Amino acid sequence: MTANGDVVVRLTGITKSFLGVPVLRGVDLELRAGEVHALMGENGAGKSTLLKVLAGVHRPDSGQVEVNGEPVVFATPRDAQQAGIAIIHQEFNLLEHRTVAENVYLGREPVRRGQVDRRKMEADTKGLLDWLGEDGVDPAETVNRLSVAQKQVVEIVKALSTDAKVLAMDEPTAALADHEVELLYDLVDRLRTRGIAILYVSHRMREVFDLGKRITVLKDGAFVTCALTTELSSDQLVRHMVGRSLDALYPDRAAPEDLGEVRLALRGAGNDRVRGVTFELRAGEIVGVAGLQGSGRSAIARAIWGVEPFTTGTLEVDGVVRRITDPRTAVRLGIGYVTEDRKGEGLALRQSIRDNALLVRRAALTGGPGRRKSDLGELLRSVAVVGRGEHQEVRYLSGGNQQKVVLAKWLAVGPRVLVVDEPTRGIDVGAKQAVHRLLRDLARNGVAILMVSSELPELIGMSDRILVVHEGAIAGELPAGAGEEAVMGLATGHGRGEVA
Amino acid sequence: MSVAQGKTESAGGVARRGRVRKFSLTPTVTVYLALVALLVVGSVLVGLNGGVLLDQGGILNILTRSTVLGLVAVGQTIVIITGSLDLSVAYLVGLCSLVAAETMAGSDGMMVPGVLLALGVAAVVGLVNGLVVTVLKVNAFIATLGVALILRGYLEDNYTGPAGSVPRAFQHLGFDRIGPVPIGVLLMLLVAAAAWWYLRRTRSGYHTYAVGGDIDVARLSGVRTGRTIVIAHVLCAVAAGLAGVFLASRLGSGAPYVGTDAGYDLESIAAVVLGGAALAGGRGGVVGTIGGVLILATLDTVFDDLAVDPFFKDVVRGIVLIVAVALYARRKLPRRSA
Repeated sequence: MTANGDVVVRLTGITKSFLGVPVLRGVDLELRAGEVHALMGENGAGKSTLLKVLAGVHRPDSGQVEVNGEPVVFATPRDAQQAGIAIIHQEFNLLEHRTVAENVYLGREPVRRGQVDRRKMEADTKGLLDWLGEDGVDPAETVNRLSVAQKQVVEIVKALSTDAKVLAMDEPTAALADHEVELLYDLVDRLRTRGIAILYVSHRMREVFDLGKRITVLKDGAFVTCALTTELSSDQLVRHMVGRSLDALYPDRAAPEDLGEVRLALRGAGNDRVRGVTFELRAGEIVGVAGLQGSGRSAIARAIWGVEPFTTGTLEVDGVVRRITDPRTAVRLGIGYVTEDRKGEGLALRQSIRDNALLVRRAALTGGPGRRKSDLGELLRSVAVVGRGEHQEVRYLSGGNQQKVVLAKWLAVGPRVLVVDEPTRGIDVGAKQAVHRLLRDLARNGVAILMVSSELPELIGMSDRILVVHEGAIAGELPAGAGEEAVMGLATGHGRGEVA
Repeated sequence: MSVAQGKTESAGGVARRGRVRKFSLTPTVTVYLALVALLVVGSVLVGLNGGVLLDQGGILNILTRSTVLGLVAVGQTIVIITGSLDLSVAYLVGLCSLVAAETMAGSDGMMVPGVLLALGVAAVVGLVNGLVVTVLKVNAFIATLGVALILRGYLEDNYTGPAGSVPRAFQHLGFDRIGPVPIGVLLMLLVAAAAWWYLRRTRSGYHTYAVGGDIDVARLSGVRTGRTIVIAHVLCAVAAGLAGVFLASRLGSGAPYVGTDAGYDLESIAAVVLGGAALAGGRGGVVGTIGGVLILATLDTVFDDLAVDPFFKDVVRGIVLIVAVALYARRKLPRRSA
């Protein structure tokens, strides 16, 4: 039996190359029972490869994996599972149409007299759920009826059912609604006190500092440092990851003389999710939209783009009243929309970078001359997509590069209004900065940008002014550089007095 | 860092769901409701025409029509749930009827070997289907179409018409009844029950759903996905083999095109889909499939009673199929939050 604080897993000098390209170059990692260990690094730093080595998906070229002090070799994911290591992936590995218990015991169903012992399966699942203090999940419920947070609980229970002592969580909050993040904090804490070693991979600085006891930083596949969170500031951490500090993170805002004419104007616009939405968006500015999850901040974006159109009020594009009832109309009016659901709505994952970048152009703009090959290359260079050429399928790209392809898709048609929803969700610090710079450059070139984001620092750092949405209506507008409290006050409905 | 550390928000689904299961309109329920509706409408139409649909003869007629398609469709259900499909079943039915009849060659003593050999041939064809799909990684549509063409080539090369003969004793299978129920119907229901048990009660059956639901999830959970798919194909082929054996018993000999003339390949897929299975896999069941088979058989019976033009018959069947799948799709329209 391991006591809290004992090293459960030790990786030393792990190296791994793909097709001659080194992805990991001598990485060390120690995971201790009852401790949360954060793993940070930019996209391409090697985090996911390291996770896959830990999970037995990839075999390292050299280096050693030890479990409880014994050297081990994982030939298959099953070996890692049997050694007590489980990975909670960013995208859940659950069967939507099967029950919780069926998912938890998938591949290991208990059998009694030649039949699957359903009762035992459900009772054992219940036992694990209770042990975790998650009695809100019914083992007999079909997974597609659960919330995202509950699905995550099921994933964790599935891991625990294999008697996992080590849980590696890859961006566990990326898919969660804001209020569910706290529930996850709680859950991680309970897992920790029950002696589970947790490897926590995240891009979100606050989570890493709130939850982690130690932080390991990777950069370009190499081990940079491992430190106690108490001995590290967020500035130092960012420097370790990217070699620059937080101050440089956001580009300069627009000056008053940069603002052009009104591109988009809403007057009293509403539908069944939002009402009385009134604001103007000018060429050259970035207007942030803040609000709690479910407040209607994304609904405004989707309504402008015609997915769930406004049913009341008016919408003007370049001074002309328009009715946008579907995305095609929006595109032809020069409005682009970067969705928050990159993989589901933003990209055709099995198509090439090229096909994705030209998707909107081919679909919506008829009659004009096709973009020449060299133009496409220029476009992709301008967003700095790093990939193996324009014919690579986008599903093989990192999140940051995928997002750049989404942006390229819109740049290809030269939109005059760009609505972006969570532009940097789930992408690393470096790519985040690139996206921020790109958005600001677009604004400087006269694009009017409406940016919805749940990340306050990003919203405040990027926006020339901020609209705060509360319960389906705009609760107020704040100037550039407003404080987090002011935004939160309006977003939670307490700060009406501060309306600027 | 996110905006809603605010605890005021209560939207979203962490709230506990009630334990009470409400009666829900699953595809399986829908298909039987549709069947009842069809029987009512059919009875009225046939009644207006001066006939009776649901007398004993009528019911037997529907059930008998369901027998062979039922056997094939039950097997097809299993492959479709794994996310595969089998287009070779129609030729396989013919081939197995020939193997059985030719092996028996009218001799009582050869009945058991004949049946076993036919089922063995079916199993081998299923194994080939499964291996081509899993090992060679050929798309199931193409793989089983290819095998279907191979079988057709063999049949066309070697047979011009019925061949072999089954002994009189073997024809009891095709024509006898236990009480009012034909043995064939019992055989079909028995096979359906076995398939239901396999899918709903065995680990292998659970894995069938898992592989069809998401093959990567299944693999990462330690399910032997290839084996699961191969087993599904073998079971499907054996079910088709049984259908062939049963037809040999009814016809008295083997007939090369008995399966394709009835279009059992597409017909069985239609029945499975009508029964609520997702063609992409992961969802569906034997109970629904039998419902689908009964609907198709009832339609045929009603049309026969009304002496409807066979072309019009196909038009109606096509419409029923499309409407059914469109209805299932409607219910699955994505609901967006946020």
